Amino acid sequence: MTAPRTGQITKVSGNMVTVRFDSAVMQNEVAYILHEKERLKSEIIRVHGNLAEMQVYETTGGLKIGEAVEFTGELLSAELGPGMLGQIFDGLQNPLPEIAEECGFFLQRGVYKRALSESRTWDFTPLVQPGDRVRAGDKIGYVVENIFRHYCMVPFPLRGNFEVVSVEPAGTFTIREAVARIRDADNRIVPVYLTQNWPVKIPIRAYAEKLKPGEPLVTRMRLIDSLFPVARGGTYCIPGPFGAGKTVLQQLISRHSEVDVVVIAACGERAGEVVETLKTFPAIRDPRTGRPLSDRTVIICNTSSMPVAARESSVYTAVTIAEYYRQQGLHVLLLADSTSRWAQAMREMSGRLEEIPGEEAFPAYLESRIASFYERAGMVRLYDGSTASVTIGGTVSPAGGNFDEPVTQATLKVVGAFHGLSRSLSDARRYPAIDPLISWSKYPSIIPGIQKERGHAILRKGFDVAQMMKVVGEEGTALADYVDYLKAEFFDFVYLQQNAFDPVDEATIKERQIYVFDVIFRILESELPFRDKDAARHGFQQLRQLFKGWNSAPWKSKEFETAENEIRVFLLEQSGTG
Amino acid sequence: MQKFYTHISQITGDVIVVEADGVGNTELAEVITRQGTSLAQVIRLDGKKVYLQVFAGSRGISTGDKVRFLGHPMRISTGALLLGRIFNGSGRPLDNGPDLAENLVDIGGPSMNPVKRVIPNRMIRTGIPMIDVFNSLVESQKLPIFSVAGEPYNELLARIAIQVEVDIIILGGMGMKHDDYLLFRDTLEEHSALSRSIVFMHTAADPVVECLLVPDLCLAVAENFALEGKRVLVLLTDMSNFCDALREMAITMQQIPSNRGYPGDLYSQLAARYEKAVDFESAGSITILSVTTMPGDDVTHPIPDNTGYITEGQFYLKNGAIEPFGSLSRLKQQVNGMTRDDHRMIMDRMIQLYADYRETQEKQAMGFQMSAWDVKLLKYGKLFEDKMMSLLVNIPLENALDLGWEILHECFSPEETGIRKSMIEKYWPHMYERKTYAR
Repeated sequence: MTAPRTGQITKVSGNMVTVRFDSAVMQNEVAYILHEKERLKSEIIRVHGNLAEMQVYETTGGLKIGEAVEFTGELLSAELGPGMLGQIFDGLQNPLPEIAEECGFFLQRGVYKRALSESRTWDFTPLVQPGDRVRAGDKIGYVVENIFRHYCMVPFPLRGNFEVVSVEPAGTFTIREAVARIRDADNRIVPVYLTQNWPVKIPIRAYAEKLKPGEPLVTRMRLIDSLFPVARGGTYCIPGPFGAGKTVLQQLISRHSEVDVVVIAACGERAGEVVETLKTFPAIRDPRTGRPLSDRTVIICNTSSMPVAARESSVYTAVTIAEYYRQQGLHVLLLADSTSRWAQAMREMSGRLEEIPGEEAFPAYLESRIASFYERAGMVRLYDGSTASVTIGGTVSPAGGNFDEPVTQATLKVVGAFHGLSRSLSDARRYPAIDPLISWSKYPSIIPGIQKERGHAILRKGFDVAQMMKVVGEEGTALADYVDYLKAEFFDFVYLQQNAFDPVDEATIKERQIYVFDVIFRILESELPFRDKDAARHGFQQLRQLFKGWNSAPWKSKEFETAENEIRVFLLEQSGTG
Repeated sequence: MQKFYTHISQITGDVIVVEADGVGNTELAEVITRQGTSLAQVIRLDGKKVYLQVFAGSRGISTGDKVRFLGHPMRISTGALLLGRIFNGSGRPLDNGPDLAENLVDIGGPSMNPVKRVIPNRMIRTGIPMIDVFNSLVESQKLPIFSVAGEPYNELLARIAIQVEVDIIILGGMGMKHDDYLLFRDTLEEHSALSRSIVFMHTAADPVVECLLVPDLCLAVAENFALEGKRVLVLLTDMSNFCDALREMAITMQQIPSNRGYPGDLYSQLAARYEKAVDFESAGSITILSVTTMPGDDVTHPIPDNTGYITEGQFYLKNGAIEPFGSLSRLKQQVNGMTRDDHRMIMDRMIQLYADYRETQEKQAMGFQMSAWDVKLLKYGKLFEDKMMSLLVNIPLENALDLGWEILHECFSPEETGIRKSMIEKYWPHMYERKTYAR
């Protein structure tokens, strides 16, 4: 091979470095700055004449004019293979625990580690035979990663059809050893390993077709599943001001969602919050598999004080890993917290490039970047006929809690569901603090349409009456309106709100939601003949208490039935008192 | 290498451009002028042009003045020798003590590896009931005090500095009025707390660039102590001045502003400082308590807004007291279950009753008739404000909890408090017990 292509630094400004080069360079190519003994990773983001502008994934302290830069000829890529589940990576897919082992408390500049362990061995079982015809994404064999069969696939970048030349028999392999060889039409031999690389900013498209998301993704949060559902392969966003509980909500969704793999991208947020996930997930059992939650979770963690350029790439690394597990035939949920920090990282770079700013100084390409990120979600049919999905849920941290700002607006255009958090609800200790009056979803609910509509209607009515009552007082409100108001409050209190500290109430399975919603629907529909407002308020207070007990009784248990009976008796009595 | 560069080609704001070779980014330099020598830091390199941010400001710099590069970034001396000392924003002594050059460390060091962090679980007692009881401060927490100009936020910080149970206090003043500086100095001295304190003081009269260095100096020193096992509390006041200094520099450097003229990286800049708050496993910790004055009492202003997204809660200082609503310590749940078994209940119940009191107050203001219950609430609210919320109260947590029971007892019957019977039996002030139950 020829000597590596190199260049020299001509300008340093913040985390942007300009480099003079004399051979060809590629947009988004990865390069290393050679500074004393350090090699600092960076990426070309603009080329101008013989000058390339690069964002450096590290701090740039000490860099000098004239220092050498080595171009790699590769795009920023993720290494995909067994061993990612349970791992904690930074935005460039460096395994953070290994870096901690080497560097101690602090992250050290220029220390990069291979994403997957080279020494760990895997028991490989082949699925093809020499002579078989294969193409990109086809399964060659599998290893067992935690609870899943982790398939080893024909590398996604390959085009056309291949013939299997040889495949290793079942046995133990590391990621450094080839498990098969395949040959293309021109007789070129390509080795297949347990791992492969994929450039993170390009979607993986090794599937037969993309389908319309329709199947609900059950998060076990009643408010979401019943009123503002998310679909497998769909997208949703959670905007909210600080202190409204975005992160708590994301954490609970990551725990309870009915998916196979959860990828968490902690992008530019507090390190403390990631730590909670890091430390608690290994101890929490996934009720569906009986294994620790960390076994199905990949964490990409680029917290707010880590280099900004790596924050920008962290969401891409995360979505690439999510797509990879989708290729395995699994249902994957990607939680990005927070996409605003990612957008801000783009804004910082755009500012350094001195691009003409758009609204609030965000770059003009903000909308298209957000759109193409969410477009990487989807339900797909793989070549083998099975379906798999990537669902993307992103939090948005709007400046000043104002949803009119560019990131929220650009996101709302492209997502299928919107869960708007409200600080006033969270101040009133309502959990989840999703405002049902502003949220929406385009996906089908697990609750029958008529019932769901009734739920929405009563909330709107209750809000209107409450607004009216602020003006005319309780005395000036008609009894029927007042009862509607109480019904709305009741619905909110016993169904939409969940007690995150109650082991039963914190997560509600689909069947139970359908069952309970039906009971509530009948209460909402019934004409409760209360004598006066006091009686009505008292009646609903009692009903609330009864439901509270019902909510914390395990599904189909003895207590569940007892509590349900009490409710039925109470309702019978109430309708009789008229 | 003692090479001097004399070709200063540009002077804008506090930034000068000098032509030089072989200079590293963020390196420190000395600018020698007629008025004396000032430190300066490299902030941009463009070919031969070196952009320097001059700590003492550019006033009086001549195009013929000399610049010498020191070959290292900004450093600060650390260790026990600093205790009791007062420095300016360049790290030079403000008291009459000697210059220090021992144990130099670079400021603005690398970020902590998130996997090495631990879940914080140790409470810091401040003696202020509104903090200890209602929003406990936790080691490694970062918490701002949101306030408007005119509120006694510096008095509050000074009180915390003398009362708080930590090993070392590092105070960083940014854009501070000189009398506030004296207030801090004298308060610390009077209560003989200066010996465990280190002060980095940038007053409003000092050059703006030095303001930018204060948080980094404080945190670099704090980090060093924390690694040696010390529990350090860093007090930063006022971070809004720091942000304004950032804005000034960004505009001087012709960066494109985002919101209200602040640079687009305001969030990252603040996070880089606040995220230094940490609890080192098997060593010490850094806790940050800062003041953020909200221009126009507007929490959606870019400074408090970005701060709120970074910090773990916030205290609102309003009308001379810590406001119970809106104030939040996100980490309090980690510690308030381990203090006394009535802590959480007193916290919840007293705040709920206080919320009811506020509602009653509104009703009263609108001229509604007051029920017997309303009258009780009004009495309760008054007592709560006088005995709990006042910043003059300095009592340990346990006494504050007892005080809570006494206030409840003075205003309500046990049933009216809605508190669990077992708790009432255990804590309801004893001598009146029979009388109240008999009612």
